[in-house]
Amino acid sequence: MNLTHAILAALLYIVAAPVLAGLLAGVDRIISARMQARIGPPLLQPFYDLFKLFQKERIAVNKTGHFFLLGYLLFTIIAGVEFFIGGDLLIVIFALALGSVFFVLGAFAAGSPYSHIGAERELIQLMASEPMLILSAMGFYVATGSFQVHDIWSRPDLLIVILPGMFAGLVYVLTIKLRKSPFDLATSHHAHQEIVKGITTEFSGPYLAVIELAHWYETILLLGFLYLFFAPWPWLAVLALAAVYFLEILADNTNARLYWQWVLRSSWIFTAVAGAGNLVVLYYLSRGGTP
Amino acid sequence: MKLFQKSPWIIHYDGASCNGCDIEVLACLTPRYDVERFGIINTGNPKHADILLITGYINEQSQPVVRTIYEQMPEPKVVVAIGICATSGGIFRECYNTKGGVDSTIPVDVYVPGCAARPESIIDGVVQALAILERKKKEMAARP
Repeated sequence: MNLTHAILAALLYIVAAPVLAGLLAGVDRIISARMQARIGPPLLQPFYDLFKLFQKERIAVNKTGHFFLLGYLLFTIIAGVEFFIGGDLLIVIFALALGSVFFVLGAFAAGSPYSHIGAERELIQLMASEPMLILSAMGFYVATGSFQVHDIWSRPDLLIVILPGMFAGLVYVLTIKLRKSPFDLATSHHAHQEIVKGITTEFSGPYLAVIELAHWYETILLLGFLYLFFAPWPWLAVLALAAVYFLEILADNTNARLYWQWVLRSSWIFTAVAGAGNLVVLYYLSRGGTP
Repeated sequence: MKLFQKSPWIIHYDGASCNGCDIEVLACLTPRYDVERFGIINTGNPKHADILLITGYINEQSQPVVRTIYEQMPEPKVVVAIGICATSGGIFRECYNTKGGVDSTIPVDVYVPGCAARPESIIDGVVQALAILERKKKEMAARP
């Protein structure tokens, strides 16, 4: 990919990702409402919420926290840009993790115990989801011989065929990353009390909007991750992503939150079985059946 | 665009009452009334909320709590007193522990009468509060 293309892709991601993710959130809220026999908000509701939050008064519990929030937004965007210009998958994963750590630091900067519990739970969520993300990068490397996103998506063969376990594992941790029940420990999209709002408790107005915006960038990046498995067949990819997102909404509406121990244990076991299992089989096959 | 009218987030607090109005407030969230149609969300967090719904009268114990919640809400914000107890103290008015209605403690923008207030009138009260919210936002923007 040459420089012009890279700059165009980066700009497209920066502009289009929030629009797409906001629409997705709107669809999410309507489908959730229909599942609860309600009509639900208008499609553009997430944008109304976001722009309203930007117009609210700026209240600072601790200004350091707001600085960390900007780090969260910045590094999430950097991760997304690196991904969509076809850069290095490992840098994408580490930048994304760094963004999340900034978010945690932001929540720790406030004095509220609710905020601290949320921050601790966000760290637990990171511990639960990061192994699978890193393992999937290894899976892509073993399958394609490259960590470059550009090399992975320009392969002619369908990666889901040889990496089904990786895909399943990524879908599993996507539930954690999208903050859906039963894994919405740190905070939830739904209206709740302080302990459930956790990590976002002390952020209000424009700062809450920044968190939402960063989350939207993250959502599109993660869906891009799943797209890689179907890259040669875009229509199949869109269908698969829609199915995955519908499953996430279904899980969100039919499950209660789990204990953090369950989240950690189940995601590590799933990562070990589906992710590492897939890697072992792939490695075995690539040696021509001789271990 | 009048964004505050499209995305009013609510926090609900009960000063002290029989819980009748609380049940009606929560009924607004159920499929029958579904206030999320109007973008209304019951946040449960004063720092995220635009509208403070208070049911019940104010007493010695709930007064500092109500004041704290009100002060934690970022501007622009409005207060809706739900039910006759929140409006004037209601049947608890002559009790030894009663301070009075919500306006004994914080400024109230909309009064919704009723015992208990019906979900329809609660939604109507919130809709009236939205116009005040929009006006307060303009005043906030005009301030230097």
